[in-house]
Amino acid sequence: MKRTLKRLYDWLNERMQLDDVIEFMGKKYVPVHRHSVWYYFGGVSLFLFIIQVVTGILLLMYYKGSEEFAFESIQFIMSKVRFGWLIRSIHSWTANLFILTAMIHMFSVFFEKAYRKPREITWLTGMLMFFLMLGFGFSGYLLPWNELAYFATKVGTEIAGVVPVIGRPIMVFLRGGEQVTGATLSRFFGFHVAVFPGIFTVLLGIHLLLVQRQGMSEPLTPPGEPEKELKTMPFFPNFLLRDLLLWLIVLNLLAILAVFFPWELGKKADAFAAAPAGIRPEWYFLFMFQTLKLIPARLWIVDGEVLGIGLFGLAGLLWLIVPFWDRKSARGERSRFVTYIGVFIVLYIIILTIIGWAS
Amino acid sequence: MTEQPTIGVNEKKRDFLKLVLGGSLLAWIGAILYPVLAYLKPPAQAEAEVTSVNAGKLSDIPKDSGTIIKFGSRPVILLRTPKDELKAFSAACTHLECTVQYRKDMGLIWCACHNGKYDFNGRNVSGPPPRPLEEYKVNVQGGEVYISRKS
Repeated sequence: MKRTLKRLYDWLNERMQLDDVIEFMGKKYVPVHRHSVWYYFGGVSLFLFIIQVVTGILLLMYYKGSEEFAFESIQFIMSKVRFGWLIRSIHSWTANLFILTAMIHMFSVFFEKAYRKPREITWLTGMLMFFLMLGFGFSGYLLPWNELAYFATKVGTEIAGVVPVIGRPIMVFLRGGEQVTGATLSRFFGFHVAVFPGIFTVLLGIHLLLVQRQGMSEPLTPPGEPEKELKTMPFFPNFLLRDLLLWLIVLNLLAILAVFFPWELGKKADAFAAAPAGIRPEWYFLFMFQTLKLIPARLWIVDGEVLGIGLFGLAGLLWLIVPFWDRKSARGERSRFVTYIGVFIVLYIIILTIIGWAS
Repeated sequence: MTEQPTIGVNEKKRDFLKLVLGGSLLAWIGAILYPVLAYLKPPAQAEAEVTSVNAGKLSDIPKDSGTIIKFGSRPVILLRTPKDELKAFSAACTHLECTVQYRKDMGLIWCACHNGKYDFNGRNVSGPPPRPLEEYKVNVQGGEVYISRKS
């Protein structure tokens, strides 16, 4: 057995120079310091993405993406297919945890200023993946074709339509027509299972390649303090094993959530029913939803929504390109101002989410 | 080293070729993109022009109530107010197009999505809606209620 494996390895090594890869892995170290714990959230997010791909493919075996059958096919998955309820619940729960861990990962990178030179591209690909994840969440939410999803999609696409000039064509493109109909469901299904995963995989490849090539970012040394040699831990196997242990814990957590808090299906969408009371979007859109609720209909000469969307769009853009305007971090200096902005944003999101949740 | 003699290079000819080849490339990209973009634009579907719908018997509509009626592909809300007036409005909230409902307890038209409120004349009285609801005409003929577009 051992000899066969050795021969197989030699055969591959001769063709692909595996020795080089192993040598590279052996020289890879992870810095150990008091903020090391944040390094794990990227890995957990990766694990959750893998779960989404696997459970998503499983759901595809039974799901039917049409106005007539979408709701019924999920009912079928939940009630007739063995373990169908489990697969769907895990897919829904993972979607939420995935966004949460990616958010933690993003904010930890932000506060550590790990986006600074030379890791600007890693930040950019990460942010683009995050926006795609919100797209995954938004498009996947419609697929069960239930009441909540129908109105969430109506409002969400209408918001896109509010943007001056380009908004209307974008809305029609997203909806596949003027209204939210079966055509919208078909499009969202296509985005969710083909377009987004394709783009996401490319971005993820670049992101991971850069992390491997450049290694983990180390914290900035405060000015005045002598540069000291950081403690490190070998990536292979020490860090990887810790990563895997955490993945196992997360998988258990998911199983508990899926079993004890199975995802509901609700009522089938009806274009001629009033929006149900207490309707609200998924938690990660809640702070924006709550902001839109609070902005008055008209402010001076601007429509309330246009203002809200404009501000969120601008904030998102500035956030995306932070490595390019935070010159201090790029020079290796402390950038307090950027930290305060981050703190403000975190507080804003948390407070508005709580208000949205409670109201 | 001496400078390479530039025998046979005609700058004008070269510029001309660049223009032709560059132009062809652009045209080629356009020829590919145009059908793709045109394909993505949903075709306009003929929608039967509805001018009037029957909303049922007057006797079936309780006083102080609101019902959503299909007006072609659009929802319309038919109100029978506490004062026994019949009113009809587009049920699409002017804020972000959620479907509104009648709230007996509040005595007004309410949108669940962002807490928009309209009075019995369809006027936006509170919350984010920027405009009043579009009003429809209501007629009663032989005990049947008809809703039609205001022209």
